[in-house]
Amino acid sequence: MTITQPLPRAAEPFVEFASLLRENGFSVAPEQTMGFIEAVGLLGPRDMNDILQAGRAMFAPPPDRRPEFDALFRMKFLGQSIPVPASGPDEDELLVGEEAAGDSEPPEPDEINEAGGEATGNEILSRRQFAGVDEIEALRRFRRVAPERLPVRKSYRRAAANKGDGWNMRKVFRQAVQRDGEVIELPKLKRKLRQRRIVLLIDVSGSMKDQTDSYLRFAHALAQAGQRIEIFTLGTRLTRITRAMKVRNRAQALNLVSGIVADWDGGTRLGVALQAFLNIPRFAGFTRGAAVLALSDGLERGDHATLVDAVEKLSRLSWKLIWLTPLAGDAGYRPETAAMQAIAPYLDSIEDGSSVAALCERVLSLRQEAA
Amino acid sequence: MPVNPTISGISNPPELHEALQGAQYLSDDGLSTSAYLALALGKPLLLEGAPGVGKTEAAKALSSILGRRLIRLQCYEGIDAGAALYEWNYPRQMLAIRQAGDEYVNIYKDDFLIARPMLDALQSGGNALLLIDEIDRSDHEFEAFLLEFLSDFQISIPERGTIRADQRPVVVLTSNRTRELHEALRRRCVYHWIDYPDALREAEIVMMRASSVARDTADRVVAAVGRLRAEPLTKPPGVAETVEWAEAATLLQSQGAQWPDAFRRAIGVALKDQDDLNFVHDRLDQLITGTAA
Repeated sequence: MTITQPLPRAAEPFVEFASLLRENGFSVAPEQTMGFIEAVGLLGPRDMNDILQAGRAMFAPPPDRRPEFDALFRMKFLGQSIPVPASGPDEDELLVGEEAAGDSEPPEPDEINEAGGEATGNEILSRRQFAGVDEIEALRRFRRVAPERLPVRKSYRRAAANKGDGWNMRKVFRQAVQRDGEVIELPKLKRKLRQRRIVLLIDVSGSMKDQTDSYLRFAHALAQAGQRIEIFTLGTRLTRITRAMKVRNRAQALNLVSGIVADWDGGTRLGVALQAFLNIPRFAGFTRGAAVLALSDGLERGDHATLVDAVEKLSRLSWKLIWLTPLAGDAGYRPETAAMQAIAPYLDSIEDGSSVAALCERVLSLRQEAA
Repeated sequence: MPVNPTISGISNPPELHEALQGAQYLSDDGLSTSAYLALALGKPLLLEGAPGVGKTEAAKALSSILGRRLIRLQCYEGIDAGAALYEWNYPRQMLAIRQAGDEYVNIYKDDFLIARPMLDALQSGGNALLLIDEIDRSDHEFEAFLLEFLSDFQISIPERGTIRADQRPVVVLTSNRTRELHEALRRRCVYHWIDYPDALREAEIVMMRASSVARDTADRVVAAVGRLRAEPLTKPPGVAETVEWAEAATLLQSQGAQWPDAFRRAIGVALKDQDDLNFVHDRLDQLITGTAA
């Protein structure tokens, strides 16, 4: 073993770059730093590009954080003090294209219910302060029971079991070999259970203003309780907030989300936003065989053909597609807007999404439903 | 870990780029650098990218220029040690026991061991390139298991003891990024994100892969594919689709079909999703010829 020596001066900037990355939220292990220095040495380096390539190869920044990584690199090695695009325009955020029919009238909100409000075409970008804590009890209970009660599906992985649907031939023969070729019992295999993926699509347009906060608190509880949860917000933009929701502390997580989502309380372009969601193969792939919950009042501005088309595609991909609308908190609620009536045939059900307690109940009851 | 700056006569990324070109694979700067580093540092190479950008092809080309045997392990959900590592041939063991009667018989000989890809790669060591394809399809259990293999390059078989590679096999992992891989796995690898090639390089790939295609056909196909990729499609055409489209259009042209028509009739090799076909149907000619409506 070598005795600890001070670093050669030439290696210093590379080590500093590693800690700069760490400060900016990249996970960097010491072995990666060592690998980086070795790699730079191996490449010559002939020019700056070699160092950049070595950095990308050894620190493995995720593709959606590549611009941030490159900015940090330029800052460190080229002396440019360009502000880091914090979580700038990456692939997790997508501006939904302006609709062609710009001035068509919004549909009349359901008259019996007052929760609806108007669907507007204006894109209002704003940051949002999250309201005080509510529904604490429902969420606490949810967190407690969710691990055992989230929906499951059969895995393709088999495990030894007392009762099962297949023979554990490996064990049969292993025992037989040990017993001089006698087969005495036939152990079995059973398919294990895996938590089914849940995709939460949250409408953050103006008409949903009253519910958005509690929906996000629910989403955070779900993201913390389950393993395969994907959460998106839909409005004038499509934003993936799964990563932010993984943060354990709720206040921190919601704060992050409030920074990422730029279209709070803006207009409604639900159909276009859903299409945008489906057009990214990676996102559409999340819904394959998943329980998809759309939290929206379904108030669609203008022509709803796009929405219907998107919902139809979603229903083909997903295991269950459930529409939870705050309007259904009223017992007399019937889907009466043209958009809701048009998509109803493709939905497994339209249900009450007026309170966090109702959402919790709904998710927990998914497990009992036949696959 | 031993650093070995020269591997099979290749001592820097440009040389690797040239060697890959000799094996009919056009790499870009980033890929040649990452691949060279992986070889020189003796680490696994992790390639991520959209389906159809040529991840698996890269591994095949690497194995061919290194003169190593390609051992491929296709991942799927539920893949386990029995499918990836080794399995005893139990029926043969049973027969051997029955036949031996009172004689002594060693039922843990090599004859009874079925080597699966990972054990195979260890035993072949310096002569093998192990391709672990679509690692994102496997589950977390397998990923954790793989971690152990990739750090020590050894396997223990309870009846036989530990098998260690004399020389480490070259390992290439690919992922379509349908889920995030574990940090620990990324950390152990040299990483490269493969993007779609730019138009010029893609045209060169078409010319290289499809010898019958004329240069202007290649350019037109690449331009059309570029426009298709800009559309919001469920399954954007990959590089393989570009090559196939060029070949299919050339075949139809040789039978007398005209240029835009030949492309349109062969669209089925480029777009393979009904919704996508419907989506571009009306504008297909514009997308192919590049003229605005």
